Amino acid sequence: MSLADLLDVRPGEDAHLVLRRATVLDPVAGIDSVHDVVVRGGEIAALASPGEADTDGAEVVEAEGLHAFPAFFDPHVHLRTPGHEHKEDVETGTRAAAAGGYCGILAMANTEPPVSTPADIAALREQARASASVPVGFLATVTKAMQGGELTEMVELREAGAVGFSDDGLPIADAGVMRRALQYQHLCGGNIALHEEDARLTQGGAMHEGPASAALGVGGIPSVSESTMVGRDVALAGYEQARIHLQHLSAAESVGIVRAAKAAGVRVSAEASPHHLCLTDEAVRSLDPHRFKMNPPLREERDRQALIDGLRDGTIECIATDHAPHQPEEKDVPFEQAAFGVTGLETAFAALHTELVLPGVIDLALLVERMSGGAEPFDLQRPSLAPGSEANVALCDLGAEWTVGEDGYESRSANSWCAGRSLTGRVLITVAAGQVAFRLRSFSLGVAA
Amino acid sequence: MKHLLSIEQLSREEIEAILDRAESFAEVGRRDIKKVPTLRGRTVVSLFYESSTRTSSSFDLAAKRLSADLVSVKAAGSSVEKGESLKDTVATLSAYDPAAIVIRHPYAGAAQMVAGWTTAAVVNAGDGKHEHPSQALLDVYTLRRRLGSLDGIRIWIVGDVLHSRVARSNLIAFARMGAEVTVCGPPTLIPRGIEELGCEVSYSLEGLEEAEVVYALRMQKERMSESFVPSLREYAANFQIDTRRLNPRQLLMHPGPVNRGVELSGEAIDSPQSLIAEQVAAGLVVRMAILYELLAGGEGTAPAAEGEGSRPTPIGTPA
Repeated sequence: MSLADLLDVRPGEDAHLVLRRATVLDPVAGIDSVHDVVVRGGEIAALASPGEADTDGAEVVEAEGLHAFPAFFDPHVHLRTPGHEHKEDVETGTRAAAAGGYCGILAMANTEPPVSTPADIAALREQARASASVPVGFLATVTKAMQGGELTEMVELREAGAVGFSDDGLPIADAGVMRRALQYQHLCGGNIALHEEDARLTQGGAMHEGPASAALGVGGIPSVSESTMVGRDVALAGYEQARIHLQHLSAAESVGIVRAAKAAGVRVSAEASPHHLCLTDEAVRSLDPHRFKMNPPLREERDRQALIDGLRDGTIECIATDHAPHQPEEKDVPFEQAAFGVTGLETAFAALHTELVLPGVIDLALLVERMSGGAEPFDLQRPSLAPGSEANVALCDLGAEWTVGEDGYESRSANSWCAGRSLTGRVLITVAAGQVAFRLRSFSLGVAA
Repeated sequence: MKHLLSIEQLSREEIEAILDRAESFAEVGRRDIKKVPTLRGRTVVSLFYESSTRTSSSFDLAAKRLSADLVSVKAAGSSVEKGESLKDTVATLSAYDPAAIVIRHPYAGAAQMVAGWTTAAVVNAGDGKHEHPSQALLDVYTLRRRLGSLDGIRIWIVGDVLHSRVARSNLIAFARMGAEVTVCGPPTLIPRGIEELGCEVSYSLEGLEEAEVVYALRMQKERMSESFVPSLREYAANFQIDTRRLNPRQLLMHPGPVNRGVELSGEAIDSPQSLIAEQVAAGLVVRMAILYELLAGGEGTAPAAEGEGSRPTPIGTPA
């Protein structure tokens, strides 16, 4: 099913665009060549030979030297609605997603109150139909009010449109509750996304436990606080033949466990976040809470390398930003007191292109594949540029250099881990579910008569 | 030097410059009139978010001895209790145009953040479990007076290293001054990775006899309930420094306040090899020197008699 069918977006006009002479790269569809990309009627109408598309009535974008990718999909975003609209709401969060080249996102349920009832889901879907720039899906909590005790009415939540379930922000501490949720999944369907953390091992922690935390005297969050829970949950999922999605993997040991579980046939998928792929706990020595305080924390170089290896071999099938907006007053405080979380939607592609692709750590095709790998774990169609697919396109200039934050943000919050960094590669246009969701202001369009 | 935020930021030469300055203030302290006019007309704000006896009183007295106007703010009883943020409190106090803000805060990096919000010189009087640079400087000062130099001196820091900002600042300072540092305590109270700061790690007092200096840390009673140690009794049995474990040629130090009968036996505290009282006395002159270096250091004029002759000769060296 296409994103527009299962997710919610503000209705608008279908775009009629020709991206002339774009370099089209869709590794999953096996496309890597120069075409005129014709977007019409909500679909990729054609990939024509360069310069030969019928441009009659279309807006023509001179895209020679630019790249057209399947637009990205982020299965892990905090839209902060309801309850914390001063940080982000459906409109600003989806605008940030569009600016980052995303054609779809999934919103986490750890709002205030948490998204736990069919009415909560219905209200959010209505907001999305009124104000979302890109299709957005909503997860509901696994446990009532995220208390970790009793299951939510998962069947009714699914009927109301919950794409899946997650208590993200908190782990499901009780193994018995976790097991019941996995059993119940056979009735209600929907993937269960897990924030893996043993709170007894992270108590009082604010950064990765290691030499940097020892030097700073900041309480440590050890790698085993994640990997022990990953181990528990892949074992439970295997036993119950249920399906789980592991959020924001950060530790080398976790990657190893997931790899082994997949080899053993466990139905587990996993994501990694751009900041964990680009940074280590060395950055935390600055004690800058705006850019470097998040949960799970930035870990060591060996962990970062393990995540990259996981991306390469498919142990980690998708990149997810864990976009977590916060206002300055929650971050302009000493590191240990600051809120966890950084924003990431607007910079994910550019940051990973700059930090991993340009230095040759991974190739562009792998990045593009992983940037939209977050749809399939939630039974959504992966964005594709194959003719006939729903039109989800990110047009990027891989040579464009820009400084993050110099023109502000689409997000309501500015706690970007990339703030002030110079990045190479920029999204110029995003087409999501057939509509133009974003155009970079400074990129002027050539319109054919 | 614009701020004193950490020992990490200081070179050996900078540490020595502050200690030399402190020596000259020690000479002033022996006069009848112990006050110098250096900071007349300038304001020092002391902002304490945690209880403190030694640090706050000695910084306050240091500012007064330098003739500064002193504004002393304690979190208890101030707008902090009404929920004012650190940033807003600093903005408020900065309106008095202080030359320096001395801050003690329960969280790491607080002093560094304050330095970004004010034009005043900022002195870190302890930030969480991170650093306590003035304590380290006064401890190095105390040892230097006793030993002449720390080069090659073996120092054991014993106790709750995990929760101690003193341990961090001191091990960096001692190592930078040429000493060989070992941190010692139960494995639950030694932070993982601490050896990368340039120290050895020991989980027992075995080998303590090699040390010329034993530096004991405060053991807080609440550590038991958090399962860091089974009981204070067992902790004391394994890690208490008493006169049986301390050999007569070793020097004993402690940052205070001491839990008598826990990390130190009463006998050890009161023994002649204990430098605890000297540490407190050093606190005043070293903190005067810190304020002087930050606020008047670039101006060149010395406040008191200076030069080689004012350097006290070492009282004794360990065998």
